[in-house]
Amino acid sequence: MIRAAVAALLALLALPLTAQDSMPPAPYAYTQLDDPRLEAQASALMHTLRCIKCQSQSIADSDAPMAGDMRHQVRARILAGESPDQIRRWLIARYGDYVSYEPAVSATTWPLFAVPVLVILLALGILLRRLGKRRAGAGDAA
Amino acid sequence: MRSLWLWVPLALFAFFAGLAGFMLTQDKDQFVASTMIGQPLPAFALQPAYEGLPGAAKSDFSGKPKLLNIWASWCLPCIAEAPQLEALQAQGVEIIGIAIRDRPADVAGFLARHGNPYTRIGSDPISEVQLAIGSSGVPETFVIDAAGTIRYQHIGDIRESDVPVLLAELEKAR
Repeated sequence: MIRAAVAALLALLALPLTAQDSMPPAPYAYTQLDDPRLEAQASALMHTLRCIKCQSQSIADSDAPMAGDMRHQVRARILAGESPDQIRRWLIARYGDYVSYEPAVSATTWPLFAVPVLVILLALGILLRRLGKRRAGAGDAA
Repeated sequence: MRSLWLWVPLALFAFFAGLAGFMLTQDKDQFVASTMIGQPLPAFALQPAYEGLPGAAKSDFSGKPKLLNIWASWCLPCIAEAPQLEALQAQGVEIIGIAIRDRPADVAGFLARHGNPYTRIGSDPISEVQLAIGSSGVPETFVIDAAGTIRYQHIGDIRESDVPVLLAELEKAR
């Protein structure tokens, strides 16, 4: 009885493994481009693209088959003459901003960029006013 | 009045701590929806996934709205949705499959075991078409209208309750 339960438990553990394909990776999933300049471009881009399957990793960091297929797309497109920006836009057109780790100013993200600037201006304003008061006070005392 | 202002930072901190705690209890949406809805299907032409059926190309999506089913023989939820795909086929829906990272023998084995609702199955060994249509996993099902425009995306396996939804979306795409 216990043995059967343990076996069932182990079988459950094995499920995630069987839910993987056995196909070889795409040609450029694990193979660098021959031109070091192009490979550097591809690598920089891959570090700023989110793996759709394993969402807290970049496709450069992930071993998921889908991340490999995405790396293949990046390298193949760089090799075909596309710019990293074009490839990023191609992916954003399919998966939305979420696929990119590089922050961009958009209709929903502009407060992220605007708020720090406003806070710094506010702090400067308060600081100047206080310093001004103190100086005026010092002037009165003298 | 002045002493009240002193509490503002603490209140702000409590608000954000509370917000963080609340968000931790919320379910996170793990799905990344395609932003290709309303866009034309990208051009593709895939080899047959096994010898039993022809491959799939963009030009196959004409005449009437059809379903594009992204699946794989190694995908477990695909087994769960197989009966629902057959139910859709029984209602006259044409289903074109794309097998992701799959082998002909495995595709044939899966269809022999779980039924074959497809008219065509293309083989996508490097997830090329999957990435081109903004699909983020298997299984996923897209409604493609007669003009080849992507009209609707269903993420995950098709449950019994999803069948009427897909039928309605196919009707809407007419």
